[in-house]
Amino acid sequence: MMVQAIAFYVFAGVTIASAAMVIGSRNPVHSVLFLILAFFNSAGLFVLMGAEFLAMTLVIVYVGAVAVLFLFVVMMLDINFVKLRQGFLQYLPIGGLIGLVLIVELLMVVSGWVVSPAGLKTAAINSQAIDGVSNTLALGRLIYTEYVYLFQASGLILLIAMLGAIVLTLRQREGVKRQRITDQLDRKPEDSVEIIDVKTGSGV
Amino acid sequence: MAEFFQLYVAPVAWIIGGILAITVPLLLGVAYLTFAERKVIGWIQLRRGPNVVGPFGLLQPIADGLKLFLKETVIPASANRIVFVLAPMITFILALIAWAVIPFGEGLVLADINVGVLYLFAISSLGVYGIIMAGWASNSKYAFLGALRSAAQMVSYEVSIGFVIITVLLAVGSLNLSDIVMAQNGGILHWHFLPLLPMFIVFFISALAETNRAPFDLPEAEAELVSGYNVEYSSMTFAMFFLGEYANMILMSGMTVVLFLGGWLPPFDMHPFTIIPGPIWFVLKIMAVLFLFLWVRATFPRYRYDQLMRLGWKVFLPLSLVFVVLTAGFLLVFDLLPVAGGGK
Repeated sequence: MMVQAIAFYVFAGVTIASAAMVIGSRNPVHSVLFLILAFFNSAGLFVLMGAEFLAMTLVIVYVGAVAVLFLFVVMMLDINFVKLRQGFLQYLPIGGLIGLVLIVELLMVVSGWVVSPAGLKTAAINSQAIDGVSNTLALGRLIYTEYVYLFQASGLILLIAMLGAIVLTLRQREGVKRQRITDQLDRKPEDSVEIIDVKTGSGV
Repeated sequence: MAEFFQLYVAPVAWIIGGILAITVPLLLGVAYLTFAERKVIGWIQLRRGPNVVGPFGLLQPIADGLKLFLKETVIPASANRIVFVLAPMITFILALIAWAVIPFGEGLVLADINVGVLYLFAISSLGVYGIIMAGWASNSKYAFLGALRSAAQMVSYEVSIGFVIITVLLAVGSLNLSDIVMAQNGGILHWHFLPLLPMFIVFFISALAETNRAPFDLPEAEAELVSGYNVEYSSMTFAMFFLGEYANMILMSGMTVVLFLGGWLPPFDMHPFTIIPGPIWFVLKIMAVLFLFLWVRATFPRYRYDQLMRLGWKVFLPLSLVFVVLTAGFLLVFDLLPVAGGGK
């Protein structure tokens, strides 16, 4: 149990520290890299809870796909660091105000929040302990039986979001030259190369 | 004290022993893969390949490694130092830690986790970070362009690899790599590469693209990008990229063998073949797939970038999507779906 406790505090500590560094670091690329570290450590926390499927999905989806695109975009931004720091004092009052409002709201929500005694009892039990099935299986059983409509609905929402993003960014341009791969593959040597016997000194 | 030893010291020593038993042969394998590559390509091109250092040139990889080790590490003045040094380490570490879940024989696996396939997929999808960080931190346009190409390429081909893995999982019913191998028990006719032949081919080609190997080695196109994302690297930082890349090649071959070629199982389930222990079969199969990697490199010219993207998104993705549906439908109609909980 002690090893697990140490692992928990390491994962949790690094998650919080790197999350703080995401907003704290000056270089946006470093921010994204710290975000990735935070994702990683939360995956570690999932593993500690016995939810290895969620941990792997978190790494595959967020670290392997989403954060790569973040990094891709952020790296190509042309950022002037001097300019970035100039407005700091100017925006400090309004930023501080928004932060204060958020903290007050959070405090109001959290202070009224009580964990139900029944929930506390089951909180420590992971899915593996319930009936000996792996948590991939347990999750699959739940998603595809009891929550199948919600699952399909969330899939549809994602599909619509994807279509929306494509429609918003798609531009129809006139006069774009396209390569047709079938035409290219259909080309034969006879169509493009002509062999001519040239007499020395006379030219073609 | 005895309890402490039994609870902590013994398991840790066991795990470290296991890690060494995997990494040391792996690194030797990587060294001799570079040698095999040069020899095989040499033979294909009617040359001799390296043959000066040691008998048959066998000490060549050691000499190369020593040379790289003794060189000076140069960090460009305008580079982002921390990320620059971190990038090769990430590539190398990711190439090594994936081996934790690969089963070398029945029960011969360091971590027999239930989500082994997902772990492998997650680790291989992280490989792109080493490259993109190297390209960005070098602060050089060639390195950056190489990294961008590589990132786009690896992300594209991961999608079809994911779908291919799903078809295999449909036929097996478990995410555990040992279960996947055991589902192919009973000789070469039961291996997955026969019923899932199109997916086997898609997986192999995607593996070439995922490891940035010829004909998809655009990230290191020496003709246009000097050598891609690792131009600015020298000495051991370069060597780590190199080792990581070749270890990834062996890893992808290992994945191919586990998913499609029956892992450690012998090709025929009868007497002379069953004497040879499983790990040897596993290594032999990996070597066969690696030979294909080298053969492809010596045979095909490099793909053009737009054609590479077209192949990934417009050919492999639809094909593998259709095959997921087809496989699922076939298994459902003929009542072959594996029972919940693993195994056929």
